[in-house]
Amino acid sequence: MSLFLIVALPFIGALMPGLMIAAGRRACALATLWVTLAAFIGLLTHVPTVMAGGIVTARLDWLPGLGLNANFYLDGLGLLFGLMILGIGMLVIIYGRYYLSREDNMGEFYSYLLLFQGAMIGVVLCDNILMLLVFWELTSLSSFLLIGYWKHLPEGRQGARMALTVTGMGGLAMIGGMMMLGQIVGSYDLTVILENREAIQASPLYLPALILILLGCFTKSAQFPFHFWLPHAMAAPTPVSAYLHSATMVKAGIFLMARLWPVLSGTDAWFYIVTTAGLVTMVLGAVIGLFKHDLKALLAFSTVSHLGLITMLLGTGTSYGAMAAVFHIMNHATFKAALFMTAGIVDHEAHTRHIPALGGLRKLMPVTFTIATIAALSMAGIPLLNGFLSKEMMLEEAAHTTLYATPWLVPVLATVGALFSAAYSFRFIVHTFLGPVRDDYPAKPHDPNFGMYFSPALLTVLVVLIGIAPFVAEPLVFAVTEDVLGGILPLPDVHLKIWHGLTPALMMSAIAVVGGLILLAIFAPLSRGWDAAPRPEAKAIFDRVIAACVHAAQGVTRRLHDGSLTRYAAIFGVTVVAVGLHAWTSGSVGPETRALTPVTPIAIAGWLLLVGAALLLVIHHRNRLRALILMGVIGLMVSMGFNFFSAPDLALTQISVEVVTIILMLLALNFLPNTTPVESGGLRRLRDGVIAVAGGLASSSLIYSILMRDFASPSISEYHLANSYKGGGGTNVVNVILVDFRGFDTFGEIIVLGIAALVIYALTETLLSSPVRARLLNRKPDQPRAGDAHPLMMVVMTRVMLPLFLMVGVYIFLRGHNQPGGGFIAGLIVAIAVVVQYMASGFAWADARQRFPYHGIIGAGVLVAGLTGIGAWYAGKPFLTSAFGYFRIPPMEEFELATAMGFDLGVFLAVVGAVMLSLHSFSRLARTADMNVSEHAMDIDPSRPEDDTNGQEA
Amino acid sequence: MEILLSSAIGVLTAAGLYLVMRLRTFPVILGTSLLSYAVNVFLFATGRIAINQPPILTDTAQGYADPLPQALVLTAIVISFGMTAVVVIIALGAYLSGNDDHIDDQPGLFHGPVDGEEDGAEMGSDLAHQVPQQEAGR
Repeated sequence: MSLFLIVALPFIGALMPGLMIAAGRRACALATLWVTLAAFIGLLTHVPTVMAGGIVTARLDWLPGLGLNANFYLDGLGLLFGLMILGIGMLVIIYGRYYLSREDNMGEFYSYLLLFQGAMIGVVLCDNILMLLVFWELTSLSSFLLIGYWKHLPEGRQGARMALTVTGMGGLAMIGGMMMLGQIVGSYDLTVILENREAIQASPLYLPALILILLGCFTKSAQFPFHFWLPHAMAAPTPVSAYLHSATMVKAGIFLMARLWPVLSGTDAWFYIVTTAGLVTMVLGAVIGLFKHDLKALLAFSTVSHLGLITMLLGTGTSYGAMAAVFHIMNHATFKAALFMTAGIVDHEAHTRHIPALGGLRKLMPVTFTIATIAALSMAGIPLLNGFLSKEMMLEEAAHTTLYATPWLVPVLATVGALFSAAYSFRFIVHTFLGPVRDDYPAKPHDPNFGMYFSPALLTVLVVLIGIAPFVAEPLVFAVTEDVLGGILPLPDVHLKIWHGLTPALMMSAIAVVGGLILLAIFAPLSRGWDAAPRPEAKAIFDRVIAACVHAAQGVTRRLHDGSLTRYAAIFGVTVVAVGLHAWTSGSVGPETRALTPVTPIAIAGWLLLVGAALLLVIHHRNRLRALILMGVIGLMVSMGFNFFSAPDLALTQISVEVVTIILMLLALNFLPNTTPVESGGLRRLRDGVIAVAGGLASSSLIYSILMRDFASPSISEYHLANSYKGGGGTNVVNVILVDFRGFDTFGEIIVLGIAALVIYALTETLLSSPVRARLLNRKPDQPRAGDAHPLMMVVMTRVMLPLFLMVGVYIFLRGHNQPGGGFIAGLIVAIAVVVQYMASGFAWADARQRFPYHGIIGAGVLVAGLTGIGAWYAGKPFLTSAFGYFRIPPMEEFELATAMGFDLGVFLAVVGAVMLSLHSFSRLARTADMNVSEHAMDIDPSRPEDDTNGQEA
Repeated sequence: MEILLSSAIGVLTAAGLYLVMRLRTFPVILGTSLLSYAVNVFLFATGRIAINQPPILTDTAQGYADPLPQALVLTAIVISFGMTAVVVIIALGAYLSGNDDHIDDQPGLFHGPVDGEEDGAEMGSDLAHQVPQQEAGR
């Protein structure tokens, strides 16, 4: 089976349980089992190849530019872990079927489990460290879901969060380390990295990369000082603990250390960091574990201890140590998974896993007792069981390891670790199963059904089998060790056997077992002493650290993001100026290549008006009407400037936009206060002034240096100038760019404009259906009203002007392709023509004569523009490709027709609709507020009978 | 001429920035309008200065101004109208509903549960404070 499929199966299969749960729990568990079984069999098909020393690969270039390839490969190490993940996975699925109660959502559970399984398989099989990081993070996420599976339990949620925080942080560190590794080697492919031992160890980045990667591994594998999350993750359902915390997830860190062993190990840094961490973890975990009263907590700390043991073995950097580590990985998975499952059975049957409340279960649960005893004795390192073999190898290795120039340090500590390990193993058996039968169990314990003890029983068979006949496991251990060594060191010339003679290791082992028995004998006083002794509580420290981080984050957030938009504006301004200043001082600027253009008197006059108006605006901004007038002056000067600097289209647009903007602002000012009160003090105004001047100077000097230099590389404008007539059929290059070259942009812009208008309409509607309506209706105008709001002269004039206005609009529209003008400007002009009617003749009168809704006009505009673009498809061209031709209808001159005109018509309609809908919405507020509605255009109309002047103010 | 143009852009930017940092909605809206003038002219000026050379193709032209920034700025002008209009209606709506045209959250006024659930309990008392504060603000 392809490796792709093996990795993909659990992920695809993760959908199954969720669907199958509808068919019942049995079908759900079976479906999950089939998925894993299929992947397991797929893996088994590769066993002959791998055992013969071959490597199975599956390669797919995904993003080669980033060095991200979906490559997978399977060697001995991957095979061992794959078999553990899928094999124990199946046993856990069977066990979980009987463990979960009817209230638990089994579909959800198995979906998470398969997700986790897929992530783990991905970690151990992938051949690209970037992919590995992705899978690594996936294991953290899916284990979070599994640990927190019992969402109703606070311990479950907290444990899941803690596990995610610790392993997630480690994962982040590892990303950095892996990136460095990839940088050193120049490839992110694991197989390439593994061949570059010398380059990596000689690189100055070796140490930081090593530390970051080890952080990832240590957090994942619960090594000191990150060991504290694992016991808290015990709030998970027991199948999860048996799976994640014995065989798979916590071994991911171990796996990675073993995987990168050929390139990272052998240096002093590796030796000291890894061996020390492992040794400390081993002893610490064993000592704490002995005194835990919760069965699962005891097992959790024993796991921590055993992971430390394996880490220490990998740290020594010898081939014998590597082999012992590999063998212990295998053995630990078998007996520890079995122990977790029996702990779960005890909990399930006796409804407690508190050791002082247990005891005497031997007679009530004989099968469970047998399984647990064999597994626990293996953990204690009793001969004829597999734990003994690897523990002997560990002690042998420890006897030959010298750390910190103290030859006795490692052997003594290893013996102490083994001693406590034996002690808690014995305690697990004695305090749970032996002793008199009690009558105060929370439930009546009895052996569970076959389905529940099948899995641990099978694992115990393996424990005994390997323990009695270690040569069965020998080929696999040798194959895996060879892959861990990666050809750096030769395979050690030893065989796995029970009897090595009277070695120091055997002596140490004997001391451990005897010492363990003695410790158990004096357990009661020891435990009292332990409870009385002060110890740091890891969770409390963790909580304090988290609280401090949250506090610090809130401090920064409150300072920067305190709800004051003014402050954001100031921070933003200062940041942009500072970044710009940095770029300015650190970058290089070419010499000036353009000469100054001579100044004309007209330009100076315009400049004076513009700058004067801007300064006056700042000074007088509190008087809002005056400020608006000054805005008008500035807008006018800007449009004059556009005209002066050869941009007639811009000048026309700016001046017409200016008109509608000012009308809009006036409408708004009708409701807003007329003055702005003085609120900020002098110091604050000074601060704002300094920021403002800094921003002004920055933009000024930036544009000045741009203006004094030519383009660094040829501009694409040349293309537009050259092709405007040939390709677009127009001489007004700006218009051709808008409707042809960049037509798609313009299409987007008119849609945005339409949406803006609709937003305004919607907001007005909301306002008018809220209590604001009543307030508006009762509002007294704060300015004296004009006696004659709609004077006769103005009404008549504007009506006469309307056709002229529209004619100008049509003219500007039609000439747009070749002369300044076009849809945007024409649209604005026509909108102004209509607005003028509203202003002169009143809202009601004008609105009654408005036949088309403005929304419709916007929609029609977008539709026309879009359809013109689609039209190109029928000619087999891409969207918005334009065509044009020249026609002659006698007696007229020859004229041009271009499809771009249809597009420009769309722009025209959208602009008219958008501008009118905005102004119309604002006027509706005003109408509700304080206007006496008149159906007549003029308030005073001599031709109307005297009594029919309902529009007049009384 | 370059000096005039760049200093004008600088003055518009500075005036815009200053007004954007005011405390009431109306000057802030004026400030954003000024800033959009500044940005539009800035973008336009990246086409460099050209006088009496509009980008209208003729047989007699000496040269053409850069048409590309002009096309970009043309749509930008129209869009900034749309933006201004939206901002104005938001400011107006806020003023009409709250009778307050401050741009920032006012201390004492309820402004959402920032610190999580604990603030929810104080919501009622905050609302009670709101009315006298507003009256004082007018």
